Amino acid sequence: MNEFLLIFRRETRKEDNIPPSPEQIQAMMKPWQDWLAVLSAKDHLVSSGNQLAHEGKVIKPNNLVTNGPYVEIKEAIGGYIIIQAVSIEAAAELSKDCPILSVGGSVEVRQIVPMD
Amino acid sequence: MQDQDLIPHLFRTEHRKMISVLCKRFGMENIQVAEDIVSDTFLLAAESWGLKGMPNNPTAWLYAISKNKAKDVFKHLAVFTNKIAPKLHQDAAENQPLEIDWSLKNIHDSQLTMMFAICHSSISTEAQIGLSLNLLCGFGVDEIADAFLSNRETIYKRLSRAKEKLKAEKVKIELPSGSEINQRLDRVMTTLYLLFSEGYYSTSQNQTLRKELCIEAMRLTLMLIDDPRTDLPAANALLSLMCFHSSRFDARINALGDLILYEEQDEKLWNNELIGKGQYYLNRSSRGSEISKYHLEAAIA
Repeated sequence: MNEFLLIFRRETRKEDNIPPSPEQIQAMMKPWQDWLAVLSAKDHLVSSGNQLAHEGKVIKPNNLVTNGPYVEIKEAIGGYIIIQAVSIEAAAELSKDCPILSVGGSVEVRQIVPMD
Repeated sequence: MQDQDLIPHLFRTEHRKMISVLCKRFGMENIQVAEDIVSDTFLLAAESWGLKGMPNNPTAWLYAISKNKAKDVFKHLAVFTNKIAPKLHQDAAENQPLEIDWSLKNIHDSQLTMMFAICHSSISTEAQIGLSLNLLCGFGVDEIADAFLSNRETIYKRLSRAKEKLKAEKVKIELPSGSEINQRLDRVMTTLYLLFSEGYYSTSQNQTLRKELCIEAMRLTLMLIDDPRTDLPAANALLSLMCFHSSRFDARINALGDLILYEEQDEKLWNNELIGKGQYYLNRSSRGSEISKYHLEAAIA
């Protein structure tokens, strides 16, 4: 078994879209719970990870600190979890059910380099 | 409370508070930004709580996240403004530490002043009711469309236009001063009265929704009375009228959803608690010499 980091990215809502109703928002919570429950039941879940706040800073050499990346940028990372799977293909397969995909987001799958 | 009701419940109780507080802090011209922040906060809640489980204090979680989002958005806006319009540099409050006051008092104040802002004379009564439902009652576009027997696109456009108007008029979110307060309060009360009627007499088939409209109208009226500055006899009379009417809510409709006339109603179905409240507020409204139309209607009811 190898461990994989799943990185979630989500596009922000388009300005002129009608905002979702509370019932729709509530409904969005369930797929996450279900997806995690399935991963956990099949012993794929290593860590339910974290959600990341939007504010961030980037530190570069020579004491250069910049704000960002800002939320409008598609590349902003929204959150992550860690799973285990036999191969990156299997990990990618497991990611296909991730609810972020149904709201226009994406999942990046990266293998964590094992130390032993 | 059941888990599946949690977000709708929080949305009902917290959405309006967050919108009012943010708008009061950042001004009506940023109403869209405030709505986006609140909406995004709830979306993040759905994801985050789904993944990590419930926070200990969901309300505090929502306040903290929306505050951070507001910080982020306005910091970014300030940078943007400074770059494209250097003249505005002094105006942009980008260097002031951003604080958002989530105290009960400010939450209450913000909602009350928001009520007055919405009832600004520049927008139509219809739009005022819609906006009140949207911003102060946490009703979604679909529910408002249902209440007005209209479709969601029409309602959405009506709300957007009204918000544009409030922005363009630079309506201040504050309580009008001394003499003006009575005049504005009249408009506020008319809107609340219509909001209540919409629920009480409307032709919408959705019984739960209609009841909710009445409850929201009463909640907002109660908010007026809770504040010494707006606790005027007419407001008490209005709430009294609403109490008397709603005490008969269950008695006036039979199992088939048909209306039952007053004489034929089963008095046992009348809600005595509400009748008592109605009498209480009617008594309170008798202070002073002013007689409003609500006094007369309440007395008849």
